[in-house]
Amino acid sequence: MSFFNEIPEMGRESLRDLKKGIDLNFKEFSRSYGDGIENFFDPLLMFLVWLEKLLVNSPWPLVILVLAGLAWIGSRNLKLVAGTIVSFMVIGYFGMWEDTMSTIAIISVATLVCIVVGIPLGILMSRSRKIEAGITPILDVMQTVPSFVYLIPIIMLLGIGKVPGLIAVCIYAIPPIVRLTNLGIREVDKECLEAVDSFGATSWQRLTRVQMPLALPTIFAGVNQTIMMALAMVVIASMIGVKGLGVPVLRAVSNQYLALGMLNGLAIVALAIIFDRVSQQYGKRLQKHREGRNL
Amino acid sequence: MSDIKIKIDSLYKIFGKNPKEALEHVKQGVGKDELLEKHNHVLGLSDINIDIVDKSIQVIMGLSGSGKSTLIRHINRLIEPTAGNLFVEGSDVLKYDENTLREFRRTRTAMVFQRFALMPHMTILKNVSLGLELQGKEEEEIRNSAMKWIEKVGLNGYEDRYPQHLSGGMQQRVGLARALTNDTDILLMDEAFSALDPLIRKDMQDILLNLQEELHKTVVFITHDLDEALKIGDRIAILKDGIMDQEGLPVDILLNPKTEYVSNFVEDVNRSRVLKAKHIMKKANGTDLSKGMPVNENDFIESFIDKVVAEKPEFIVVQDSNKNNIGSLSTKRLSEVLKK
Repeated sequence: MSFFNEIPEMGRESLRDLKKGIDLNFKEFSRSYGDGIENFFDPLLMFLVWLEKLLVNSPWPLVILVLAGLAWIGSRNLKLVAGTIVSFMVIGYFGMWEDTMSTIAIISVATLVCIVVGIPLGILMSRSRKIEAGITPILDVMQTVPSFVYLIPIIMLLGIGKVPGLIAVCIYAIPPIVRLTNLGIREVDKECLEAVDSFGATSWQRLTRVQMPLALPTIFAGVNQTIMMALAMVVIASMIGVKGLGVPVLRAVSNQYLALGMLNGLAIVALAIIFDRVSQQYGKRLQKHREGRNL
Repeated sequence: MSDIKIKIDSLYKIFGKNPKEALEHVKQGVGKDELLEKHNHVLGLSDINIDIVDKSIQVIMGLSGSGKSTLIRHINRLIEPTAGNLFVEGSDVLKYDENTLREFRRTRTAMVFQRFALMPHMTILKNVSLGLELQGKEEEEIRNSAMKWIEKVGLNGYEDRYPQHLSGGMQQRVGLARALTNDTDILLMDEAFSALDPLIRKDMQDILLNLQEELHKTVVFITHDLDEALKIGDRIAILKDGIMDQEGLPVDILLNPKTEYVSNFVEDVNRSRVLKAKHIMKKANGTDLSKGMPVNENDFIESFIDKVVAEKPEFIVVQDSNKNNIGSLSTKRLSEVLKK
């Protein structure tokens, strides 16, 4: 009868031993391999530091000019370019320039890492149902496990700093680009594939000439999602030592500084809107062949 | 008599989990419906034998689900057969490894698809260039041959547009130009004109026939339209439920249908419009034909029947394009053919 009132539980001691065992083993693992793993990420760290310094140290008008130029290349939309310039001026005016530059640096590097790792993974997934079935649950876990939970092993392994922050951001932000690359390639018209096969394409030609170009708009929607999710991680990443707009937000939370929190929060929103609009417009332009007007 | 270009020899295709096992049932005489019901396999093709003559247009006709699109895909091995043999000029295509097959597809066969299957992200020029680009040919050479064929199918001026900007008929001209640019000796056309309006379809048929007069390719043409089959086919094979009902000259199919299915198919055809004088004539064997009413061998009955009724000639003499008498045709035979 007590069976129905109390769920069977493993003994307290054995549970404690189990947890202890896992912790000890992982500590052991991080003690022996932590340095090696850290070294592996050194080039990434150097690139991130270089980009951050470049953005912070360059004269502000030049930075804004470059950002506005990128917005123009991406969107070909003057309103968006004007919006970009105004947003960055306002951000600078309210004293958030350096933090914003740091955030742009980490978002850019994280997005780049996600693209470099994510697109090949997505291609791999699209090639076989088995690989797809293997990777999908991993992506599900990456998107649903609370970020604080995977912060623990990352910190144990790599300590506090930019690289663990970057990895945390990437874990959170990479799933959409993998998923949408896979989806985009799988959605390519079977008849187009049959046609290119009938003309004797190698599987590389088939991938680069038909599958990737036709999947590009979908893949780009993935890139856009990845950027957005990376921005959403900015505050959490700042908890483990990433500089940027997350740091003042965190300070505002612990000290109840309403204005500081609002301002930096709004700066993140402004970045998000600019990145989102520019990358979406760019994605749309990639499918210009679908329009009737483009002659 | 003539050279065999493509030899399809007792070809079977069964779709399902264990086609080899299902094949045994089929060979023991299990039909399509029973195979699906009892063994859960779909019979795609059953014991297909066709010898396709070099430089001819072989039509394969059947309704949807008859296996005709499956059959044409065996020729360039987009689909692998369950059993059987396939030879192109005596070479065993099914034995090709990956590289040989790719080379075969690049240089020997080119395909035109029912729904065009153009690349939406490429311009017309790029689409037409596709085959040669895959082969890594010189840019100059690719452009020249692509432009040549774009012109031949009457699309000059459209080379920088995208497929979406073209009508269906124009898109299929691109499909045809794309296939011709590869300069292969075999042309596979899978219901190439079926998705087009009747008038445009007739245009495309004429384009194909005109091109064939100068190119002399071996064309395998799939269609569900008997009029189209009779118009362009040198020979016609009729498929039903994966089985070949009859194969032969158009006129034989029309005049001597072997099965009920085929005779139902040909019943409603306007014979005067599809039969030519040469199809129903008696070969000249030295008799004096000078008194007959002359018609060209390629004239359709339709084109001279009025004249026959008006002039009431004793008989009709059939001539080739050089005005040589090659055969004769009695009015009795003519009315028999039209009555049946």
